[in-house]
Amino acid sequence: MLNKVFTWLDERLGLQTIYNTTLDRKIPKVNWFFTLGSASAFLFIMQGMTGIFLTIYYVPTPDHAYDSIQYIMNEVAFGWLIRGIHHWGASLMVFIVFCHMLRTFYFAAYKYPRELTWITGVVLLLVTLGMGFTGYLLPWNQRAYWATTVGTEIAGTVPFVGSFINSVLRGGTDLSALTLTRFFAVHIWFLPAVLAGIIGVHLYMVIKLGIAGIPDKED
Amino acid sequence: MAKTPNISRSDFVKGVVGILGGIMGVVIGIPAIGFVLAPALKISLADVWIPLGPLTNYPVGTPTLFSFTRSKVNGWEKSTNSYGVFVYRKSETETVVLSNVCTHLSCRVNWNDANQEYVCPCHDATFDSDGQVISGPPPRPLDVYESKVEDGNLFIHFLKG
Repeated sequence: MLNKVFTWLDERLGLQTIYNTTLDRKIPKVNWFFTLGSASAFLFIMQGMTGIFLTIYYVPTPDHAYDSIQYIMNEVAFGWLIRGIHHWGASLMVFIVFCHMLRTFYFAAYKYPRELTWITGVVLLLVTLGMGFTGYLLPWNQRAYWATTVGTEIAGTVPFVGSFINSVLRGGTDLSALTLTRFFAVHIWFLPAVLAGIIGVHLYMVIKLGIAGIPDKED
Repeated sequence: MAKTPNISRSDFVKGVVGILGGIMGVVIGIPAIGFVLAPALKISLADVWIPLGPLTNYPVGTPTLFSFTRSKVNGWEKSTNSYGVFVYRKSETETVVLSNVCTHLSCRVNWNDANQEYVCPCHDATFDSDGQVISGPPPRPLDVYESKVEDGNLFIHFLKG
């Protein structure tokens, strides 16, 4: 019965072909360092899911941001767990994505024909850092406030256009409710959409071009 | 291959991934459900007697609206809800206090003195002065508050989550 259902679906969706080209594809002999990409993808999905759950209670306004997080941590069942995973997962994701980049660099896996995979990977790293930067403000505590003050101030040191960039980031001259809402929007809509899209392109190329093996003495 | 008692390396990996994935799904999934349901499972019940002032404030024979507010903490915010009750003194000694919440879909009813009935503006339901349904969709009469008179003052028993 189950077989029949699968055959029916497979005939229409090509499930077996998808499985064969994604999970059963031929790869060179690899080691554990080659799992860092999958780990990054897993962390992206985990951050996405815990983040979606947090938006049930979190409110991005100066009046309620801090209190709503206190509520999540102290009142909501397993709120501490969901937020804890999101909090620590964020740091872990930056760390793992960075390790993934180091592995690609040291194994020279960015060379022809995989330059585009590398370039999209660089964008993914930068967007991941952007996620960290925008997410850091959302708790609206002293650390978040001053970290964002300093961070946007650094962006303001760019010659000529610095003060404009600073104003765009803050949504005005001061760190305010406008800063919080735009950081929130960028954190939960703009950057995740960009991340998901580019991860798709990145994975397409990983599958299309295959992955580079461990370089040997000949290389 | 499947006939041999020894499991293949590939099947072993698939099995381990399935089992570990299942465990992770349960460890995350159950807290996630609790996380979503938490506020719905926390029910705080009020149980107070609310003073409506001296009974003589209310005319005999005509239902009179009395409004009051109650504040409650929902999550991180204190919100104020307003409530209305109709005090209907049928005689000098007999008093009925009715909720103004329509039993159909919770719109607020008004007293129409000309027709001697409560009218719900949402779906044209009507109730008589005792709260019994005259016409319209409500499934039951208007809710009655338990009331008492102490030293000439009227009180109602307020029970609400």
